[in-house]
Amino acid sequence: MDVLPKWVDTVIIPLIGVLISLIFSGIIILLIGENPIDALKLMITGALGSTYGWGYTLYYATNFIFTGLAVSVAFHARMFNIGGEGQAAIGGLGVAIVCLSFGWTHWFPALLAATLGAAIFGALWAAIPAYLQGKYGSHIVITTIMFNFIAASLLNYLLVNVMRPTGSMDPATQKFPEATSLPSLHDMLEPVGISFSKAGPANISFLIALIACVLVWIFIWHTRLGYQLRAYGHSESAAKYAGIKPFKIIMISMLISGALAGMMATNNVMGEAERLIMNSTEGAGFIGIAVALMGRSHPLGVLLAALLFGFLYQGGAELAMWTTIPRELIVVIQALVILFTGALENMVRAPLNWLWLKSRRGTS
Amino acid sequence: MEFLVLIQVLDSALRLAVPLLFCSLAGLFSERAGIFDIGLEGKILIAAFFAAATASVSGSVWVGLFFGISASMLFSLLHGLASITFRGNQLISGVAINFLAAGLTVLIGQSWFKLGGRTPSLSGNARFSEITLPFADNVSNVPIIGPIYSELLSGHTALAYLAILMVPISWYILFRTRFGLRLRAVGENPAAVDTAGISVIQLRYLAVIICGLLCGLAGAYLATGLAAGFVKDMSAGRGFIALAALIFAKWRPWHILSATLLFGLLEAISNRFQNIEILGIILPTQLMQALPYILTVIILAGFVGKATPPLAGGVPYIKE
Repeated sequence: MDVLPKWVDTVIIPLIGVLISLIFSGIIILLIGENPIDALKLMITGALGSTYGWGYTLYYATNFIFTGLAVSVAFHARMFNIGGEGQAAIGGLGVAIVCLSFGWTHWFPALLAATLGAAIFGALWAAIPAYLQGKYGSHIVITTIMFNFIAASLLNYLLVNVMRPTGSMDPATQKFPEATSLPSLHDMLEPVGISFSKAGPANISFLIALIACVLVWIFIWHTRLGYQLRAYGHSESAAKYAGIKPFKIIMISMLISGALAGMMATNNVMGEAERLIMNSTEGAGFIGIAVALMGRSHPLGVLLAALLFGFLYQGGAELAMWTTIPRELIVVIQALVILFTGALENMVRAPLNWLWLKSRRGTS
Repeated sequence: MEFLVLIQVLDSALRLAVPLLFCSLAGLFSERAGIFDIGLEGKILIAAFFAAATASVSGSVWVGLFFGISASMLFSLLHGLASITFRGNQLISGVAINFLAAGLTVLIGQSWFKLGGRTPSLSGNARFSEITLPFADNVSNVPIIGPIYSELLSGHTALAYLAILMVPISWYILFRTRFGLRLRAVGENPAAVDTAGISVIQLRYLAVIICGLLCGLAGAYLATGLAAGFVKDMSAGRGFIALAALIFAKWRPWHILSATLLFGLLEAISNRFQNIEILGIILPTQLMQALPYILTVIILAGFVGKATPPLAGGVPYIKE
């Protein structure tokens, strides 16, 4: 079966999948009555043509790195965590509690504490489905879906009835104290002599996301636990035979996954909104699925895929502003990427397999 | 007065249960055949859009119904292609289908009607009209039974009555016909069905097509029966509530009826009352909204009887 060399499997097949998705998207743009080439040019200038565009592209990418890593870690243990959306939302709750409960005087300790709070809250929200899967065999996909909805209801309740400041009609917390405001890329790059737009919301969380990529890479491929996790993902029975406990692996993979999804909140809640609002995640938890599939659950792949989706998000916003193409185009592209790099992967692989075999027969 | 409020809430519960019922039965056929379907939500949404869009253009609700069902079936076939033919991950395919529907409905809707993703409001023949059952007006003054008959049971659309009827029909097909036996067998032990000389692929495709048909009915009811037109994301998680009902009912048709009625009732209550006070404790409306999901998690955990899905669910069949 495994006739294709590894680099084709990990690089070429996802690239072809993305290419097919983009071609389909181009056809859809054509059917709407717009020019796909012009649309692409507009997206590139809008998302990458200025530091203002980059400020947004990197901001979105930061969200997707966290959620993409979250899905990836679970994927390695063959757990499909669809609950990133809920875990990220609950992570936001952790950030809000940390930022509002203490008298912060500097952003740095606040960021460390908020990151920890976000990770713990996200991990806890993933812990219940993980425990039910490990102990009772309740399907993790179904329970994490259910927990997304439960998280939305819980936050709705808390923001409307508990955390909303008196006198405010808006279902949101009060603004976080000034001292917890995170440095933006503009603030970080100015001392080095690079002028970066003040407007874009990209902030120091981007660096945390990059660190998270490295840590996940070390964890998955260079620790005993990471090895156990991958072994369990490859073959449950073999892993059991080698003395690896399924319950432990399920819990650990999901706790890490939930923590990573929760940590997204340092970017969108603490870095951008600076207060907790309703639906703060805006679907980033689900985009993590597309990012992880496209990035082959490898941190480097996730980083590249997250940058692509960050570009698509910001480019899509520009399209919606200047053309008749609605923002929902990105949702379609996201669906196509999930379809062609995930569910229909074998369709992409089959002709490559055939070509490969044919070329081998020709040379030998 | 109290009694009339009760009747009204129950009536609204019934209306809200209809799409859940269609959709849950759709999932029943698919999952009993071993194809997990978390793309129910997307299929309702695409069906709702095409039903409303074509009904508004043609002025006929039946044209809408036809195109709504067709769109949903097309999505079903896509799911079949990914999960049966190409043996892909059924859950990932379901996720893709949900997003495809969420994006395409707004994209096409905006391009056709320029109303920000909505369709024009439907009226007259472009909507399903309410059917008054015989003698409903005559008996409405009879105490208790009168309002129950004329307010609660009468005055629903044809699709609502069809939904109720689909419960015994689904039960009969699945548990009393040869086709049903084979379909269930293919979800438990496809290799055995294959050995008996019956095509696993064909059976699973049939199951997926039936699933598309029923999701199409759910979507059409939503946009042309319950509401008067399509609005963005109008399925609002109903596909997932239906999935929850399916698990809650442990994959059995009659239990699906009670589960969907219960979940419909929860939605009707949270629509009508803001906060409910029971024994001095105030239950927030958000708890009502979350209750179907919480109940499903409890059932899945096996605290109230074990919910065991079909054995071969989610596993692509590879012929030896």
